Amino acid sequence: MDQQTKDLINNEITNNEVCLFMKGTPDAPQCGFSMAVSNMLKILEVNYKGINVLENQSLREGIKEFSDWPTIPQVYIKGEFVGGCDIVKEMYENGELKKVLEDKGVNFKK
Amino acid sequence: MAMDLKEIEALIKEALPDAVIEIQDLAGDNNHFSATVTSSSFSGKSKIEQHKMVYNSLKGKMGNELHALAIKTKEL
Repeated sequence: MDQQTKDLINNEITNNEVCLFMKGTPDAPQCGFSMAVSNMLKILEVNYKGINVLENQSLREGIKEFSDWPTIPQVYIKGEFVGGCDIVKEMYENGELKKVLEDKGVNFKK
Repeated sequence: MAMDLKEIEALIKEALPDAVIEIQDLAGDNNHFSATVTSSSFSGKSKIEQHKMVYNSLKGKMGNELHALAIKTKEL
């Protein structure tokens, strides 16, 4: 991964409480898994930044290396990798996602 | 590119010999699967670590030959 991509990722996850690296945008997701995670964050009224990896090939590959995670979407909360679609969905269903948001001081609909 | 269900199962089994694996071909296209993997190797590990163990067993195929594999891990 080049330094520019690394800096870009670091900037995004530092400057945004919740980041969703996804295919497409929150308003127009281009993959069902990205849409699912995006919708869960919307339902919880989390103020998150969606980052479209399809617009940047080095980011698309770089984020996988950065997180040591082979798939997209990927969710970061306060700079920490939380998981992909399966894990976030499980956390959404069992209430853990709310707990993590609360513990990290992120605003959401309680 | 696509992968056979049996091939996925064999790769996971190779890495996690005690695993009980249930795989479904979600769309019937050899490209969208879901796997539930139950193994004692998961105990004491975070969900991220557990899923990484499954991804690692697929030896880089995830995200390449294998487009979509929904994973659920359970401790034995």
